[in-house]
Amino acid sequence: MTITQIQEQIIEEFSAFTDWMDKYEYLIELGKNLPVIDEKSKTEQHLIKGCQSRVWIDAEYIDGKIIYKADSDAIITKGIISLLISVMSGQEPNEIINADLFFIDKIGLHENLSPTRANGLLAMIKQMKLYALAFESVQKK
Amino acid sequence: MIDAINVRKDFPILSATVHGKPLIYLDNAATTQKPECVIQTIDELYRTSNANIHRGVHFLSEQCTQKYETARETVRKFINAEKTSEIVFTAGTTSSINLVAASFGERFVASGDEIIISEMEHHSNIVSWQLLCERKGARLKVIPFDDNGILLINLLDSLITERTKIIAVTHASNVLGTINPVKEIIAKAHSHNIPVLIDGAQAAPHGNVDVRDLDCDFYAFSGHKIYAPTGIGVLYGKEKLLEQMPPYQGGGDMISTVTFDKTTYAQLPLKFEAGTQNFIDAIALGSAIDYINKTGRQNIVEYEQKLLGYATQKLSEIDGLKIYGKADQKVAIVSFLLNDIHHLDTGMILDKTGIAVRTGTLCTEPLLSHFNIRGLVRASFSFYNTFDEIDILCENLKKISLMFK
Repeated sequence: MTITQIQEQIIEEFSAFTDWMDKYEYLIELGKNLPVIDEKSKTEQHLIKGCQSRVWIDAEYIDGKIIYKADSDAIITKGIISLLISVMSGQEPNEIINADLFFIDKIGLHENLSPTRANGLLAMIKQMKLYALAFESVQKK
Repeated sequence: MIDAINVRKDFPILSATVHGKPLIYLDNAATTQKPECVIQTIDELYRTSNANIHRGVHFLSEQCTQKYETARETVRKFINAEKTSEIVFTAGTTSSINLVAASFGERFVASGDEIIISEMEHHSNIVSWQLLCERKGARLKVIPFDDNGILLINLLDSLITERTKIIAVTHASNVLGTINPVKEIIAKAHSHNIPVLIDGAQAAPHGNVDVRDLDCDFYAFSGHKIYAPTGIGVLYGKEKLLEQMPPYQGGGDMISTVTFDKTTYAQLPLKFEAGTQNFIDAIALGSAIDYINKTGRQNIVEYEQKLLGYATQKLSEIDGLKIYGKADQKVAIVSFLLNDIHHLDTGMILDKTGIAVRTGTLCTEPLLSHFNIRGLVRASFSFYNTFDEIDILCENLKKISLMFK
């Protein structure tokens, strides 16, 4: 599926929730189910600045596609990362760099997070796109 | 006894709803809400009386100056200082502490000297002194606290040396709620001729402050934590010390005469009030203090202590909830963690139930290190909070606990 198609699917899933508690329960569930990452990957280098909770993101480049792995000490944050991963992991660098992540706004995450936390979310996206830029430049060489 | 239901009518924001739920505001240690009379004071001043203070000869300026100086007198009485010359208006507790660290430090602290603070200080009462230490080559020493959040002041004797130049401690912890035995600390320090600064940010809202009874040398607090606007605060300093300290900032209002060769400074307290002061908010601080006095400080203390007792009991009953700060003498602050749920998760969900609490490091990273934790959830109460609100907080915490099971 393309990045756009996956995002539409997420929006569809979230449209079933009538209140915020349900959304959070779902995010908690996603957070718990996010595959654990290697403790060795939880380094300063992979730590994202600008989050109230700690977030680590690592990425691998396999057969022209980027595979992201991430973790956080806060479960809801982890749920949000899980959504970002489902949208961007397994895509080509070029697709990721140019991705318009409209689902964040549509499912109410952006408007409902305070600026400090929104910065955290933006910092996560920025980091994921930076990986894509780095892998793309490797590819061009 | 305070009737919170009635008191709430004085605070317009308390009837707000957030995320479709009635607002339950339990972030009072960060800032308090403002009563109608304070909001009206600001509104009226801008509509009818706004003019820059002190140097103007015209009607509005003189009227505004008079109100500003009346507010200073109101503050003097509020903390029972001897003279208004000992009341310096600042931007808040942080700027009061920075003023002392910079000015007292400039005059009295040299390389090799020592400054004593405590392990439970807010970053404001740590970093200001660290900056001074770096500038002067001085050393910071720390009074530790035990796992209940009680300062180990019996260790003070071993920390004081002949190089100790000042002791700076908080009157009440913004995280643990502990009310420290500052009078005892001050007496001990004075027996070694060491002056003491008290950070009163969390104590001023919750009880009587009597700087003459405490005999502290400096007392710092913020307006916005005692129902006044943001951007106004107070530094009390003993005249004898303030006289010896050099000006902190240069500019208008703090001078006597200026020539390119030599400038002489204004008398206290104006020596420390450079530039146009935040006179509107200072006057509104006066209104806030009038409101507190009208409500009755003893009434406030008694009611808030009941809220604290009830909250502590109810929160303790929640399975897996751990309270940090178990001193006998506390202001109405309860910090906690629920099972191993991240403080941010708890705070985000409480927010959606209409409850405002603070989460994170609470500007006290060294305090958190004591407990080896990275953050806390803090509920802090005011006399406009109700017992029902505590019940709703507890119900929601139980729900959150289940969500994460």
